[in-house]
Amino acid sequence: MNRKTIIPIGPYHPLLEEPEFFELEVEGEKVIDIDVHIGYNHRSIEKIAESKTFDQMVFLVERICGICSTSHPIANCNAVEDLVGIEIPERARYIRSIVGELERIHSHLLWAGLAGHFIGYNTLWMWVWKYREPILEIFEAVTGNRNHYAMMIPGGVRRDIKEEDIPVVLKGMDEAERKIEMVTKAVLDDPVLAARLKGVGVLSREDAINYCAVGPTARASGIPIDVRRDEPYAAYGLVNWEIIIREEGDVFAKVVVRLLECFESIKIIRQCLKRLRTVKGEIAAKVKEIPPGEGIGRHEAPRGEVFHYVKSDGSNRPVRLKVRAPTYVNLPTCKATVPGESIADAAIILAAIDPCYCCTERIVTINKRTGKRELNGQDLLRLSRKKTEKICKNMGKRNV
Amino acid sequence: MNKLWALKKSIWVYHVCSGSCNNCDIEILDCLTPKFDLERFGILLVGSVRHADVILATGSITRKALPRIKRVYEQMPKPKLVIAVGGCACSGGIFKNGYNIVGPYDKIIPVTAYIPGCPPKPEAIIDGVVKVINSL
Repeated sequence: MNRKTIIPIGPYHPLLEEPEFFELEVEGEKVIDIDVHIGYNHRSIEKIAESKTFDQMVFLVERICGICSTSHPIANCNAVEDLVGIEIPERARYIRSIVGELERIHSHLLWAGLAGHFIGYNTLWMWVWKYREPILEIFEAVTGNRNHYAMMIPGGVRRDIKEEDIPVVLKGMDEAERKIEMVTKAVLDDPVLAARLKGVGVLSREDAINYCAVGPTARASGIPIDVRRDEPYAAYGLVNWEIIIREEGDVFAKVVVRLLECFESIKIIRQCLKRLRTVKGEIAAKVKEIPPGEGIGRHEAPRGEVFHYVKSDGSNRPVRLKVRAPTYVNLPTCKATVPGESIADAAIILAAIDPCYCCTERIVTINKRTGKRELNGQDLLRLSRKKTEKICKNMGKRNV
Repeated sequence: MNKLWALKKSIWVYHVCSGSCNNCDIEILDCLTPKFDLERFGILLVGSVRHADVILATGSITRKALPRIKRVYEQMPKPKLVIAVGGCACSGGIFKNGYNIVGPYDKIIPVTAYIPGCPPKPEAIIDGVVKVINSL
């Protein structure tokens, strides 16, 4: 049997808000192989960063992605602070965590809505996005912007959270908690969602480890991995919270992990706000001079671990910035989850990792079938191809 | 009579994204959800450009997306309107000097209106679309 049909999804497809291109190889209803083409969104951010000063770079990396638009700045500032070797003031730590966690809530709600949209459940989409609006209003009150908050600078934060803003945020959190609880209950009890999502696109624990999955994708497969706990930064070491883990690894588990994480975020925000009332002082440490050297910074973004590497030669501009976004490692897991499922399920499985192509596409893309390089970045390509080969061999799949 | 008169009643929009940071795209989707709810004015986001009256374009055009953008524009039925949403779509924004950026949309396809902002608030997007409708 050598009759295969290839179904292209994208790059401009109603399902996808960003340009990306999936090729599904199908036999009848069943997907037997999948190929991903990315690179439609490559904006050469790492190169542009070399022409910016360290302060300007934060604003640039903020524009890597609009959904997790405070994750990259936090990781970047962590990297620069690691390079300089300074500690940020305690008040700044709490403010960083508050902004980071507010973002996690808005991002997870956004994803839950889009997931509903992907399976044709538009009620859920409209519903969840309605409850996401108040979070954006809190953002506007606290940071001045709905998205792209511009709160981080190396050494601390740019704006203080004022005493009179604290009750506003707390009230918003109470409301958000009630609404998210309602949505969570509805999602967990809904027989349609259960039938549609349970047991679909299972990512086993072994596969998740092999593909180096991060964030909720890994946590839904039973891997307790979270930078906030493993290597505390900002205020995450100073407050109590738990990481949410599910063992099933299917799409439903990913939904549950994300929704339950919202409650943990609310918990963190409440504790941070309480401490903000007592911890006074500076909100940013002075960064006088950036010495030659290198630094790394990590942050648990809503989608997983963001990693930034900064190298300096002692001038006011970085020599090199390297970013690894979570989707870049999560995306290949579709190789393990999609084949064997029906075409109808492919879309939601692909969406389940919460792909963010804006984050991913500063790097490199390869046409795996021909092995042709479509964009630059040779070293990374070699490494990534090696890894793909290894994984293919391990899984007994043909070498693509 | 002006050909564009036909678009005044209920315009259908199609969303094109190239090299954006995703934020303008979210704000466009935000316009459609309950708080702003553009559908009550007959503005509908459609899945195919062949059904659309207006393209909402976000991001600055990358080399890889360039041929696709041209094709999408060609496939659109006349009369065609393009609205550039966000700083990158209007002028190239922060990514202007990148090696993979061809340029803002008006270098490639004719653009009717510009909505600046990074990202523009949903109110700004609605205002821009209303101004376009009023000018028809």
